[in-house]
Amino acid sequence: MKQSDVARRRFLQGSAAVAAGASLGVLGPWADALAAAANMKILSRDEVATILVVARRTYPHDRLADKFYMGVVSALDEKAATDGETAKMLSHGVARINRALGKPFKDATAEQQLAVLKGMTKDSFFQAVRGTSVTALYNNKELWPLFGYEGSSYEFGGYLHRGFNDLSWLPDPPESASPKPE
Amino acid sequence: MPTYDRNDASVVVVIGSGAGGGTLANELCQKGVKVVLLEAGKRHTIDDFVNDEWPAFGQTAWLDKRTTSGTWRVSRDFSGLPAWICKTVGGSTVHWAGASLRFQEHEFRVRTEYGDIKGATLLDWPITLKDLEPYYARAEDKMGVTRTHGIPGLPGNNNFKVMHAGAMKLGYKKVHTGRMAINSRPRDGRAACQQIGFCFQGCKMGAKWSTLYSDIPKAEATGRLDLRPESQALQIQHDASGKVSGVLYADRDGNQHVQKARVVCVAGNSIETPRLLLNSASSQFPDGLANSSGQVGRNYMRHMTGSVYATFEKPVNMHRGTTMAGIISDESINKPSRGFVGGYEMETLSLGLPFMAAFLDPGAWGPQFTSAMDAYNHMAGMWLVGEDMPQESNAVTLHATEKDQYGLPVPNVYFDDHPNDIAMRQHAYQQGSAVYEAVGATRTIRTPPYPSTHNLGTCRMSAEAKDGVCNKWGQTHDIGNLFISDGSQFTTGGAENPTLTIVALAIRQADYVAGELGKGTL
Repeated sequence: MKQSDVARRRFLQGSAAVAAGASLGVLGPWADALAAAANMKILSRDEVATILVVARRTYPHDRLADKFYMGVVSALDEKAATDGETAKMLSHGVARINRALGKPFKDATAEQQLAVLKGMTKDSFFQAVRGTSVTALYNNKELWPLFGYEGSSYEFGGYLHRGFNDLSWLPDPPESASPKPE
Repeated sequence: MPTYDRNDASVVVVIGSGAGGGTLANELCQKGVKVVLLEAGKRHTIDDFVNDEWPAFGQTAWLDKRTTSGTWRVSRDFSGLPAWICKTVGGSTVHWAGASLRFQEHEFRVRTEYGDIKGATLLDWPITLKDLEPYYARAEDKMGVTRTHGIPGLPGNNNFKVMHAGAMKLGYKKVHTGRMAINSRPRDGRAACQQIGFCFQGCKMGAKWSTLYSDIPKAEATGRLDLRPESQALQIQHDASGKVSGVLYADRDGNQHVQKARVVCVAGNSIETPRLLLNSASSQFPDGLANSSGQVGRNYMRHMTGSVYATFEKPVNMHRGTTMAGIISDESINKPSRGFVGGYEMETLSLGLPFMAAFLDPGAWGPQFTSAMDAYNHMAGMWLVGEDMPQESNAVTLHATEKDQYGLPVPNVYFDDHPNDIAMRQHAYQQGSAVYEAVGATRTIRTPPYPSTHNLGTCRMSAEAKDGVCNKWGQTHDIGNLFISDGSQFTTGGAENPTLTIVALAIRQADYVAGELGKGTL
């Protein structure tokens, strides 16, 4: 646990240093810095960096911090650590997309990367990263507030007194259509 | 609670504890009938429910192996999950949204009303709206449906405000917060809705009607219900005379038992019900039970569905409050000049962020997708649900090679949209988008069908034995003491959410079964 805390702090510092690069659409140095600090069970540093880039290109949200995309890589690493087939599929997949451009995928331009990914939507590696991202990203409670999703409400008494009908930019329906709360 | 002897052949065995089976079991117990209720899933309490989409899905969804085929998009996006229904005491009444609409008069006689539609196996129901009206009234009272029996409507949430304002601009008239089996005030020992927003995950207030905490405890209070959770029915057995005699089931430890029965009522939802009949084939009934017509598993319907989500400049926060918060019914008419027969309802719908990611456009990725997700709290949404055409080739069949944990063939669900379904969906997408564009939508998104929640028609009612599986009481044409007690009975689907009709049919069937038992004819 301590190790990963240190790793998280280090990659958070690292990502600040390369944030400018990321915003310009060149993700390679950003991914390399994060991968260098990551503490994975089985994935190599290059695999981590490459999968990070694939995840961010697949579900790009400028507002999302690096740790959320690293969560996708961690989820795949966990699976690969216990399942040899997954490990093989990921390492072959990374090799495949690196071959596609004749240079490391992560160092390519955004346009080149998107073109490669669009050409491999049925590929098992791409589908594994994409499918894992759907839950590893959007089912991460830490990022829900960034999207305005408030999650569990029962313990707060629901939304009856917390804005379920607070929209004010449209006229209210008549009571015949929408009675007032009792 | 009694425990009936497994050799007690005087009991009625009901298979499945959802809207059909849970209601039927209670109604029979109230009339003095001894009932064994077999339920494949676990018994949860309201305290178990979680306001968290994926864990809740794992808790109650039916996740046993199923396969799909056909050209429907669900088969591509969710090949192992044709339906989003439940394996738990209470069945899909734990998960349902609560919309409780009666069929319209013409929807019981669509073969007459619509005529001969190429490729569709349309049939008139052997009952009319008039036959069912008293039972609809009893069902609405039992379930506490708003806007019936003097029960006020629910207050509309933000998602409904957007729908209502857009509907008014389009000139729609039948727009309100719906007829919902969700308490707008405390009733029948159940609390009022607190607008929690997790209707699909099991209502933490118990405000939404479910057999889990309504009919089943009432049945238990009679002292006549023997509920056996985690008991998966494997085969319905029969005697030499061709009458059913008992049910083979596996308990939670996998041990197999036979419960003898005087009558067997099957309510496993429209995939498991025909599967059980087909898996019960014997030398006397080589094609499965009650299948002399060859119609068991056929005419599978799932309603024409789709969703429209729209993003706006200002916040909506659609996740706050009831999931299905309001309805537009103006398109729920038969008006063939629109390019299709039958009609559809437009009902608000909301998904949390995790499920929105999975269902908004399954498989989609890239900036187009993420920019929509970025607008999550500025989004409004509606579900489109309409009558689909029964087709003989749309069917639940037994898989040739895949087996379940008991070694029985898993069900395969084959589905193709009928051209009428496609034309209706196109129209519904267009009208749904227009509702939102009328109030300033910056973008509208047409979401494809989710795994089916309305599974219907696979053991349909028919006047003639050759056209279907059961008669107007749900009694199978072939076997007098075998009943179909769920949405599988539906001859056609109507435009309306089916639960109220399933409950009304179950109350009516209970009257019939108890009456026949009293007369000694069963």
